[in-house]
Amino acid sequence: MRRSLVALTALVLVLFAAGRPASVRAQRQGGPAPASARDTAPIDLTGYWVSYVTENWRYRMVTPAKGEYRRIPASPAALPIIKTWDPAADTRAGEQCKSYGAGGIMSVPGRLHITWQDANTLRIDTDAGTQTRLLRFAGQAPASSTVPTWQGDSRAHWERVPAPDRGGSLNVVTSHMRSGYLRKNGVPYSDRATVSEHFDIAPLPDGGQLLLVMTTVDDPVYLNGPYIVSPHFKKERDGSKWEPTPCSSTW
Amino acid sequence: MFINVVVGRPALGLLMAALVGGVVFTQEPAGGGQAGDSALPNQFEIAASWAPLGTEDVQNDSVPVDYLGLAITDEARTRALSYDESQKSMMERQCQGWGAAYAVLGPFGLKISTQSDPATRRVVSYTIDPWEDWAGMVIWMDDRPHPSEHALHTQAGFTTGRWEGGALAAHTTHVKAGFIRKTGVPLSDQATIDWRFFRHGNVLTVLMVARDPVYLEEPEIISKGFRLSAAPLDYRDPCAPGFEGHEPGDSVPHFAPDQNPFVNELVELYHLPREAVLGYRETLYPEYRKKIKDSYVPPPPCTADCGVAGNFVRRRGP
Repeated sequence: MRRSLVALTALVLVLFAAGRPASVRAQRQGGPAPASARDTAPIDLTGYWVSYVTENWRYRMVTPAKGEYRRIPASPAALPIIKTWDPAADTRAGEQCKSYGAGGIMSVPGRLHITWQDANTLRIDTDAGTQTRLLRFAGQAPASSTVPTWQGDSRAHWERVPAPDRGGSLNVVTSHMRSGYLRKNGVPYSDRATVSEHFDIAPLPDGGQLLLVMTTVDDPVYLNGPYIVSPHFKKERDGSKWEPTPCSSTW
Repeated sequence: MFINVVVGRPALGLLMAALVGGVVFTQEPAGGGQAGDSALPNQFEIAASWAPLGTEDVQNDSVPVDYLGLAITDEARTRALSYDESQKSMMERQCQGWGAAYAVLGPFGLKISTQSDPATRRVVSYTIDPWEDWAGMVIWMDDRPHPSEHALHTQAGFTTGRWEGGALAAHTTHVKAGFIRKTGVPLSDQATIDWRFFRHGNVLTVLMVARDPVYLEEPEIISKGFRLSAAPLDYRDPCAPGFEGHEPGDSVPHFAPDQNPFVNELVELYHLPREAVLGYRETLYPEYRKKIKDSYVPPPPCTADCGVAGNFVRRRGP
């Protein structure tokens, strides 16, 4: 009995070692690096994308009237800020990028250039406002800065479609942002806000691709409820129309 | 006896630990991904009631001439400018309803149900219930072909679907000539619509890509969000026509296209460029924003109905 038990234990230990993830074995044996977010991406988001502004046109393509916040569930705490919006003061204070933060940047008409900065960091550059977002996947160290930034800290992970189907979605949660604007005319979000996004791709009938960014902004300070929008982008062949412009408080 | 053996043998404790550890360590992320990945939760469960979010302006129907966000042909523009919304108060037109695109362009939520083959239990179709002025939609999931091009065109059209990449992808043909917007922008019976239903948690995003070789220079693309509703939606009230000021046989209200009295209303209200209000293609791209940067004059500060609970557009004064 004892002999058979010891044999069984040995067998299980062998199976145990064999069953450990390839990444662990590889590290012990000096083999290939573990599968990265880039290598296992279920969808390809890289390339140049241009805003296709068919929704919220009046709130995105031009600067809305001061004091208007239609369709945004602004809280009472936000109203004094909305009513006293002063773009010149923002510029003087060096805060002309307030409407280009992670809470609103994807709705600003412009182009995105999406690349892999490294195997586990997806990078989004915007030509409007010349901003950079870094979407860090599991295993990546958080951003080193303790000071909130316009683009905050973004944690990303893939959501995969179960086999045998293929595809998936990119989920990104961003926090640690500087207080900014959801719209150019000063509708605010606070530094306690979080932005949750799903990046999905859909084919277009003409053979092109559409990038859909379903965005939820939650803010316990300046919003009464989630603010949800879904800006979309068409894929472009190259970066020939890429034209970085600086932040502007008024436009 | 087995319990006695387990308790009495330290080696067996090691065995149990090894078994547990092996199970834990051999867990791989779904789909061969990396640590932290997850499976798309609930993405196939769209049969439910979905309330509109209302945080995006996709209707653009608060003033008679509003073609913002569209890329329409000159013919479409002419027809749209000849449209008088009081046509819909004519007895014979009150219950015409709106076409398939109104699923995302209308103000209502979606009540989606599923129908299965009782023998195989496979999903045969999804049905989006109709509203008072919308015909509803059936999405056939059983690989049936679309009808002949000569088959009857209806307000709802004919729609087939399949699951693709975690989203329900659907394709609509055989729509009846109608409108892509309630402000009278036409859609021809040659139009087709592609749909994607993405579910992320308790939010359903419906993407509509409408193409029309007659009236659209570029596809009309709308993505509208809905949230899962705890209370079931019920829009079963049928349309019942009634007298609204037009006698049967009255002429159809309309404008000469170059004499539409509302053509400048939105332009003046918000200082918007006329070509944007009238749906010119270039106005959909960021370059247009740069083009009008120096000429745009912001409207005066908002003083009434400025917030989420107010009207979505400031109306004309008395």
